[in-house]
Amino acid sequence: MPKNPNVKRVMVIGSGPIVIGQAAEFDYAGTQACRSLKEEGVEVILVNSNPATIMTDKNIADKVYIEPLTVKVLEQIIEKEKPDSILPTLGGQAGLNLGMELEESGFLASHRVKLLGTTAATIKKAEDRQEFKDTMEKIGEPCAASKVVETVEDGVAFTSAIGYPVVLRPAYTLGGSGGGIAHNQEELESILENGLRLSRVGQVLVERCIAGWKEIEYEVMRDSAGNCITVCNMENIDPVGVHTGDSIVVAPSQTLGDKEYQMLRTSALNIISELEITGGCNVQFALHPTSFEYCVIEVNPRVSRSSALASKATGYPIAKVAAKIALGYTLDEIKNAITGKTYASFEPALDYCVVKLPRLPFDKFITAKRTLTTQMKATGEVMSICDNFEGALMKAIRSLEQHVDCLLSYDFSGLNLEELQERLKIVDDQRIYVIAEALRKGMDYDTIHEITMIDHWFIDKLALLVEMEKRLQQEPLTVELLKEAKRMEFPDQVIGRLTGIPEEKIRKMRYDNDIVAAYKMVDTCAAEFEASTPYYYSVYGSENEAEETNPPKKVLVLGSGPIRIGQGIEFDYCSVHATWAFAKAGYETIIINNNPETVSTDFDIADKLYFEPLTPEDVESIVRLEKPDGAVVQFGGQTAIKLTESLMKMGVPILGTKAEDVDAAEDRELFDRILEETGIPRAAGGTVYTAKEAKEVANRLGYPVLVRPSYVLGGQGMQIAISDAEIEEFMEIINRIAQDHPILVDKYLQGKEIEVDAVCDGTDILIPGIMEHIERTGVHSGDSISVYPAPTISKGVKEKIGEYTRRLARALHVKGLINIQFIAIGEEVYVIEVNPRSSRTVPYISKVTGIPIVDLATEVIIGKTIRELGYQPGLQPEADYFAVKMPVFSFEKIRGAEISLGPEMKSTGECLGIAKTFQEALYKAFLGAGVDLPKHKQMIITVKDADKGEAVEIGRRFEKLGYTIYATRSTADALHEAGVKARKVNKISQESPTVMDLILGHRIDLVIDTPTQGRDKSRDGFLIRRTSIETGVNCITAMDTARALVTSLENANDQFTLIDIASI
Amino acid sequence: MKAFLILEDGTVFTGIHIGAPKEVISEIVFNTSMAGYPEVLTDPSYAGQAVCMTYPLIGNYGVCKEDMESKKAWPDGFIVRELSRIPSNFRKDLTIQEFLLDQGIPGIAGIDTRALTKILREKGTMNGMITSDEHYDLKAILPKLKAYTTGKVVEKVTCSHKYEIKGVKALADNGPLSGSARFDPDAYALGRREMRPSLVKKLNGAGKRVALLDFGAKDNIAVSLTRRGCDVTVYPAFARAQEIIAGGYDGIMLSNGPGDPKECGSIIGEIKKLYDTDIPIFAICLGHQLMALATGADTFKMKYGHRGGNHPVKDLATGRVYISSQNHGYVVDMDKLNPLVAKPAFVNVNDGTNEGLSYIGKPVFTVQFHPEACPGPQDSGYLFDRFIEMMEVGKEEKNA
Repeated sequence: MPKNPNVKRVMVIGSGPIVIGQAAEFDYAGTQACRSLKEEGVEVILVNSNPATIMTDKNIADKVYIEPLTVKVLEQIIEKEKPDSILPTLGGQAGLNLGMELEESGFLASHRVKLLGTTAATIKKAEDRQEFKDTMEKIGEPCAASKVVETVEDGVAFTSAIGYPVVLRPAYTLGGSGGGIAHNQEELESILENGLRLSRVGQVLVERCIAGWKEIEYEVMRDSAGNCITVCNMENIDPVGVHTGDSIVVAPSQTLGDKEYQMLRTSALNIISELEITGGCNVQFALHPTSFEYCVIEVNPRVSRSSALASKATGYPIAKVAAKIALGYTLDEIKNAITGKTYASFEPALDYCVVKLPRLPFDKFITAKRTLTTQMKATGEVMSICDNFEGALMKAIRSLEQHVDCLLSYDFSGLNLEELQERLKIVDDQRIYVIAEALRKGMDYDTIHEITMIDHWFIDKLALLVEMEKRLQQEPLTVELLKEAKRMEFPDQVIGRLTGIPEEKIRKMRYDNDIVAAYKMVDTCAAEFEASTPYYYSVYGSENEAEETNPPKKVLVLGSGPIRIGQGIEFDYCSVHATWAFAKAGYETIIINNNPETVSTDFDIADKLYFEPLTPEDVESIVRLEKPDGAVVQFGGQTAIKLTESLMKMGVPILGTKAEDVDAAEDRELFDRILEETGIPRAAGGTVYTAKEAKEVANRLGYPVLVRPSYVLGGQGMQIAISDAEIEEFMEIINRIAQDHPILVDKYLQGKEIEVDAVCDGTDILIPGIMEHIERTGVHSGDSISVYPAPTISKGVKEKIGEYTRRLARALHVKGLINIQFIAIGEEVYVIEVNPRSSRTVPYISKVTGIPIVDLATEVIIGKTIRELGYQPGLQPEADYFAVKMPVFSFEKIRGAEISLGPEMKSTGECLGIAKTFQEALYKAFLGAGVDLPKHKQMIITVKDADKGEAVEIGRRFEKLGYTIYATRSTADALHEAGVKARKVNKISQESPTVMDLILGHRIDLVIDTPTQGRDKSRDGFLIRRTSIETGVNCITAMDTARALVTSLENANDQFTLIDIASI
Repeated sequence: MKAFLILEDGTVFTGIHIGAPKEVISEIVFNTSMAGYPEVLTDPSYAGQAVCMTYPLIGNYGVCKEDMESKKAWPDGFIVRELSRIPSNFRKDLTIQEFLLDQGIPGIAGIDTRALTKILREKGTMNGMITSDEHYDLKAILPKLKAYTTGKVVEKVTCSHKYEIKGVKALADNGPLSGSARFDPDAYALGRREMRPSLVKKLNGAGKRVALLDFGAKDNIAVSLTRRGCDVTVYPAFARAQEIIAGGYDGIMLSNGPGDPKECGSIIGEIKKLYDTDIPIFAICLGHQLMALATGADTFKMKYGHRGGNHPVKDLATGRVYISSQNHGYVVDMDKLNPLVAKPAFVNVNDGTNEGLSYIGKPVFTVQFHPEACPGPQDSGYLFDRFIEMMEVGKEEKNA
C-alpha cells in the first residue's frame, strides 16, 4: 500500500525530560522517525520539553516547540499549527498517554486531527489491564491469574484467594513505578496503596507471582495490511522478578529450542494481529523453565527502550520503519537500509551474541537499596556485541565505567560457601559477581540455579570465565592461553593483574603473535547478503572485515557511554553534532560508543560506527586499524576526556584544546598559576590526598568548605563540610572509590551562581549567552534552575564575566568549547570551575540563542576563526524572551535515596520553559517538570533555623495564593510571629496526627523541607522527604527553589505564548 | 584434536574436530536459523551436504529426540563456531556432542563461520572436505573436491515401504494447545516430558485420506496433516502413480527432499501421471520443483540457495507477506514457466525468486518454502488448511 496522500503535516510528541524508565532511547527513536517522515516530504511539528535532545533541533523538524508536555499546551499548539495528524507512539509512555487524552476528550476529532499508526482503541486494549486480559483470553493467549483492583480491600481479598506472593503493577505508569512483589498482607497493603495513587487511572493489577520463570521478549512489527514480523527476541538472564530495564539481557535467546522460540514467536504475532497494532510493539513473556507453559506479561504498543535495544542489536531501524508504516507503507515496500537489497519485511538473522547491562545509579545514591525489583532503577545501559557470550559479557562489564572490568571487580572472597548461599538470595546489581565467587568456591550449578533461578547455561558461561581467571593465575602465559583469554575478551589489564605480568608486556606479546581484535559487521542477515553499512563489533580469533579506508581526512569522535546522572544525553547531542560538522567539512567520521539508546549509535550518523567499550585498549585496537588523523574528546563528556592521555600515547593528535591545557584546568596548582597571571579571583583552597591534610586546609580556610575529587563530572562525591567530623566522613567516602587524582578543598562562598559556555578560536571568543542559577552556590549546577538571559546581575558583572571568560579561554589556549562557572557576590565575580570541553548546558544554550555552538566549535577545531564563521566575537546580544532550564529528578524510583539538593548532582534530566516573560517561562518550566499546582492548596513547611526568615516571606506569598500552611513547631512559631497563619503539626516521633499522617492523607500539594547544614542525619527530615516523594507530593529542599515556585504560581496562566524554536 | 575444512577453491579453515572420527567430502551450505539445529540435522533435505550454522553458539539446549524431523541425522558434516559445553533445557535427551557421535556425523568447530559464509555467498556453494589429517595434501585433495557430486540422494532418504499414520480422533490427542501446557511435576519425575504444544485448533481434516510421497519428508509434514485429522499413507519415492491413484485418496502430498530435482527422472514421470488426474495435490520444496519439471517448466541451481528461518514470501493471491522456513538450493525458473500451465502463487520478497505455483485448471498448488516449519516460523501453516479445503471441494465435486 503506498503512502497515504492525506498526511501532510504531522505533529510528533516527544517523551519529555529524561527520567528513570524513559531515557535517551526516545530521542533516538524520535529523531529517526522525524528524519524518516521528512524524507517522505511530510512537514513535522515537534513538541518536546527536553532541550537536550537532537529531535528538538531545527534541522530535524520543521517546527519545534520546547514546551511542557501537557494536554493544554498540546491543544494550543494544535490550534496554532493545524496538523492533519499526530504520531504519539514514539514518545514513550508520556507521549502515548498524552495522545490518548487528546483522543479521549474528543479534541482530536473536533479539530480533524488523526492519530497515526496504532489507533486509540488498540492502545486501550493493550494498556488497560482488564481489556488486555479479556483480549488475551479471547485469543487463547495465557496470562497469569490476575485481577485489576481499584481499592486495597479488593486486592487483599483477591490475593487471599490465589495466594501469596503476588506481583503488583499499576496501570499507565512508566518504568513500573509503584509496582512490586508482595509476600504478605502488610507488604501488599503498602505497595498497593502507593501504586493506586501513582496510576493515572487508579488501577493496579494484582497477579499470580511468576517470579523465577524465564523472561523472554519479542520485538514485533506490523503494517496496516496485517503483515507481521519479529525483529528479534531477547532473553533476560535475570528471571521474572527483575524489571527488564534492570536485567542483564541477551539477544537472541540462548536457552530456547526452536519449539519454544517459535511457540512464543507465534504467540507474539497472534497478539499484535489481534490488537491490530500498526507499527512497533514489544511483547514480554514469562516461560516456565521446565515446561511449555507461558504467560504474556505485558505488551507495549509503541516504540520502547527494548525496541531501541533490538534496533541496535540487529541493525533493523524499528522507529524509522514504524514511521513509514504510520504513513501507510507496508513492510514489503520499505527497503532495508543496511543491505540496500532486502526489504523491511524480513527477520534479522544474528550471527553474534548481544549482551545488555543496566547502568544503575547506586554509586550516586549510596544510601539507596541496591536490590532489583519490578520497578526499574537503571538510568542507562550499555550493549556489547561479540561472537561468543563470554566476550560480550566481558565487554559490557567494562563499558559500564563503574570501576569494573571482570568478574573479580567486586570482592566477595571473604564469604564462605554458606554466606555466599545467603548472599545469593539478594537480587541486586552484584549478583553475577557473587555467582562467580560461589563458582570459585566450588558451589554446584544446581544450588546456584535453585537460589537464583538463573539458567544453567548462563551459570556455565560465568564458570568458563572463572576457570579462565584461574588458568591465568596458575598457568604460564603461553600464546595459546593468551589467545583463549582474548577470545573471551579479557582486557590486557586484567590478564596483567591475574598473571602478574605488566600490561605493557602482555600487549607486546599480543602484537608479536598477531593476537589482535578483528572487526565484524552487523548486517541484519548473518552475511547472507552483502551489506554496505559499516557498523562493527570486535572479536578475537577471526578474520577482520572492516575495510580500510584512506580518505583525505579522518576523525575519531569518542562517545560518552551509558547515560548516568551527571553525564546524560547532552553529550550525545554534542557528539552527534560534532560528527555532522566534521562530515560537512569533508572528514570521514568514526564514532566509538556503547550506548544502545542514543542517536550517535544509529548506523547512519557517522561514516563508521564501532560499537565498543570506551577503554584505552578497546580504542587502541580501533586506532591501529583506522589510523585516524585526529580525535576529538571535548564532546564526549568525562568518558572521552579520560581517554585523552591514552590517545596521545597511541600517537593520535587531539583536535582542539590540547591535553595539557585540559590538565591545567583540572590541576590545582597549574590552574592557580593561570588565575594569578590573568588576575581572576577564586575561593581560597588547597589540594589534599588525606583526611589529615583536608582538615588542615579546612581549618586554615574556616568552615564551611567544599570537598570534592578532581576529574569527575556531575559533582560526584562533592560535599559541603561544616566540621572536622564531616571532613573525615566525606574523605572516607571519596577514597572508597579508586582515586588516582587529588582532592580539592575550597572555602565555600555563598552567592549567585553563573554559568557560561563559549567557543574560542585561540584568539577570539564567542559567548552565546550568560545563564544565571536560581539556587545559590552549594547546589550543583546540574540540579539548579538556570535562566537565560541572566535576570538579576548587573551589566558590570556581565561584562566582567565576558572578560574573565576571554582571559581564561586564551590562557588555556582553548580551541573549541569551554564551560565556566562563576560566583557573583555583589559586583565581585569569582571563578568556581573551568572545563575546557562541552558541558551539560550546550544544547540548551544553543537552542535558546539559535547559535549552534557545537558546529561552530567543530569548525574552529578544523581551523576556521569565529569571524570567518560570520560571528562577531564577544558576548552576543540578549534575547527578548526568557528560557528557564528546570532539573527533573527520578527520586521516586530509587528507594532510600536522599533527595535534598547539594553539591553532588542528582537530577536525571531537564526540561525547558521558554516565554516572553521570566514568570511565564518559570511557570512553564515547573509545569514541564511535572509540578502542576495548585491542587488541594495545602502545604507543609519545615525548615532549618537559618532559613526561617525566608520561610516567612515565602509562606506569606503562598498564604496569599490561598494555601493552608502546616508547619512543624519551630517553623510554625516563626511564621506566627511574622503574622503568617500556620497550623502546628507534630513531629513523626510525637503523637498522631503527625506531619507524616498529613502527607499520607494525600491532600498536600507541597512540602518545603530544608535539611540542616551539611548532611542531614536526622531521621525525621529524611523520612519526610522520602515519604513526600514516594507519595507523589512535590518536595522542595532549597529556599531559592521554593521562592521560584511561588513566583511562578503567582503568574499561573492557562494561555501560553508559544515559541517555535526553529525560528530563532 | 585439530580439524580442517578444505574448500574447493583452496581455502583452508583450521578448527577443532567434533562429532564422529571420520573424514568427509560434501557440498558445503550455510543455514541462518538462530535456533533449531536438531531439526536442521535431522532434515533429510540435507543429505549430501555439510551444514554450516551461521549462528555461532550451537548446542545450548542439547538435543531432544522428540524434535527430530526424521529417524536420523542426514548431513555429511556439521560446521559451527562454538559448541556449548553443557546443554540446558528441561527436555534434552542428550548433548549435541553425543548426538553427533551417535549419528556418525563428523564436524569442525572453532572456525570463523562468518568468513566461510561470505565465501559461499560470493563464490557460490562449493564442495569441501572435513578432515583431521594434519598432513593433508591440497594438490591431491582439490581435484577430488571438484569432481565430487552429490548424486542421487532421494533414494537414500526415502522410506523403504509404504506405511500409514492415522489422523487424531480428537483435538485433545494433539496435546495441549500452544502455551497452555501445564507443568506436571509427577510426570516430569517419571521422565515424561510435556508434549510439544500444538497450534491446530480445528479437526478440519477428519475423514480425509492423503497419500504422502516421501522424497525425504520431514516428519512435521505428516504431523501437520494428522493433527488436523487426516489419515496419511506414506509412500516411498519410487511408488508408481498407478498404485497411488488406485488408493482412492482425497489428496496427494509431495514432500521436500534433497538434491537436484533433475536427477529424479523416473519420479517426474510418475508425478506427471498424478497431475493428469484431478486429485488435489499439495507439494513442498523438492515436490514443488518436481511438479514444475513434470509440467514442462525448468529449474536451476541458485548461487548459494536459501537456508534459514527468516525469508519473506508474498502470497500473490492476498498480497500478504509471511516469514518462512526455507531450505533449497534449486529453484523453478520463472522465465520458462508456461503461463497456460501454472502461475506464480508466492514470490520471495528479497530476491524475487519463485516461492510457489498455482496450476491452472487443476487442484494443484505447490510451494518452495516449508509451511511445516520445524525449524522456523509457523506463519504459513495455514496452507495445510488450504489443502484440506481443496480436498473438501474435490470430494463435493466427486459426490455431485
